[in-house]
Amino acid sequence: MKPFDLRQLSKAHEVRFAVDVETDEKLPWPQFTVADLNFFYGAHQALKGINLIVPNKRVMAFIGPSGCGKTTLLRTFNRMNETIPGTRVEGSIRLGDKDLFSFPATTLRRVVGMVFQKPSPFPKSIFDNVAYGLRLDPAIRRNEVADKVEQSLRRAALWDEVKDKLHQSANGISGGQQQRLCIARALAVEPEVLLLDEPCSALDPLSTAKIEDLLFEIKDLCTIVIVTHNMLQAARVADYVGFFLNGELIELNRAKQIFQNPEMQQTQDYITGRFG
Amino acid sequence: MSASYPPFSRKITNIVMLTLTGLCTLLVLSVLLTILGYLLWKGASSLNVDFFTKIPAPVGQSGGGVKNAIVGTLKLLALASAIGVPIGLLGGIYLSEFAGGWSAFTIRYTTDLLNGVPSVVMGIFVYTLVVLPMHHFSTLAGGIALGIMMIPIALRSTEDFLRAVPRSLREGGLALGASKSETIFTIVIPAAIYGIITGILLDIARVAGETAPLLFTAFGNLFDSPGWMQPTASLPVVIYNYAISPYDAWHRQAWAAGFVLLSGLLVVSIISRLILARGKKLSHG
Ligand SMILES: Nc1ncnc2c1ncn2[C@@H]1O[C@H](COP(=O)(O)OP(=O)(O)O)[C@@H](O)[C@H]1O
Ligand SMILES: [Mg+2]
Repeated sequence: MKPFDLRQLSKAHEVRFAVDVETDEKLPWPQFTVADLNFFYGAHQALKGINLIVPNKRVMAFIGPSGCGKTTLLRTFNRMNETIPGTRVEGSIRLGDKDLFSFPATTLRRVVGMVFQKPSPFPKSIFDNVAYGLRLDPAIRRNEVADKVEQSLRRAALWDEVKDKLHQSANGISGGQQQRLCIARALAVEPEVLLLDEPCSALDPLSTAKIEDLLFEIKDLCTIVIVTHNMLQAARVADYVGFFLNGELIELNRAKQIFQNPEMQQTQDYITGRFG
Repeated sequence: MSASYPPFSRKITNIVMLTLTGLCTLLVLSVLLTILGYLLWKGASSLNVDFFTKIPAPVGQSGGGVKNAIVGTLKLLALASAIGVPIGLLGGIYLSEFAGGWSAFTIRYTTDLLNGVPSVVMGIFVYTLVVLPMHHFSTLAGGIALGIMMIPIALRSTEDFLRAVPRSLREGGLALGASKSETIFTIVIPAAIYGIITGILLDIARVAGETAPLLFTAFGNLFDSPGWMQPTASLPVVIYNYAISPYDAWHRQAWAAGFVLLSGLLVVSIISRLILARGKKLSHG
């Protein structure tokens, strides 16, 4: 696919990208292209007319007060919301150049991995946790599994801490290690996209720093979309930041722009802590 | 914190409640121990090698054992499990993971009703269904009766343990590209397996002591019962028959059989608790 000009596509979808002349980069093809997305839990509309582009192999962060729909949007990207009865999606989402809804959900979720807010390792051994996704794929040979498990644990910066207890229960390691294990588990199947829903909200600052570091390491491997409540974290890890309020995308911009010179008054109010 | 914290009244409440709960525990324990001790005391003289290796001696002669009843009970329980466990297990999985609305309500309601059916009625039901067409009592009929009795508890306990598996684990599986049934069979059921096994063991222990349904189905037998098509002795029925007999030797054997049955159940329930504890340990580190 051809590289695209962020400005053109943003205009096409009425996304507010302020143009930064110096870094007016050519971006590779968009990972997600979201147009006029509405999402409903029964009668309650959680997302309203979302238009946005998630650039490939970049880190995009979603910020905004609780209940503004960040998790909901993340969970539409891998269609986890389909598992909740009574939900409905309107509008279009493209993954690369394909309709997101044209994939079987099980195929899509191997391309678009997800890490949840609360670390939730399976009650299996550390090794079996990481191997879980690999073993689902009959094309992956048994003798490849161990190598891929090690590789994923290294990428998640966990290998050195667990290499001597791979066959112990994953519930026996610390919360921060469990969350990195969940990241390793998601990375093992080599997804194109990694969705992270407030992955550090239950962790101490040291574990948080480790996860932020590893995000830098893996951003060349996959596109990262991260929801965070922590403004500093968004500023540290994200290339682009989207600010949401009451189910609407208020502003989407380069991280520097959002934090130094936001276009919208609401964004300004939020990042200076005036509400939320 | 000041030295007067917690206040005196709360300390008193604490001591009183602790004593009360302790006393209640002691009471329950002492009932169990009393029964066990009493059975042992009354039946001790009959508890010898013969008791486990010989069939009953003819009336009037001393000695003999209840080997045929022990074997009979084990065979009945094996058959009952072969019927009750798969149905209960699969039904529980269906109820917790797949059934919704109307079908879930119907299954839950009927299993609860089935659970409430008096065991003697279950005996008559299987008598009509199996014994009458076959024209004789059999291990088969007894196993079927106990098997049906096992279903409700096996099903509901399986359902309960599956439901207790947190949603986050199911979502974790789905998010890795597993289908719903892959998630259920590779994550949800393994996460609940210790609980499920415990529930089933306790279920087996529960029907092991049933007497009424066996009177109409397995009946009883003074001799060994080869195969599955003959009437068979079983521990509960032996206890019943010997206890109402006029012979002192049989009374003693009834006490001994009661002791053996109760010890067996105790061992099963201790094993199942250990299994559950091990499961907890595995999933919490
Ligand atoms: N499973 C659900 N059923 C019904 N409403 C939901 C559900 N999940 C979230 N919501 C509602 O959707 C809105 C957006 O929620 P969410 O996406 O979780 O927000 P955020 O992640 O930004 O805190 C909230 O008003 C919330 O109450
Ligand atoms: Mg959220």
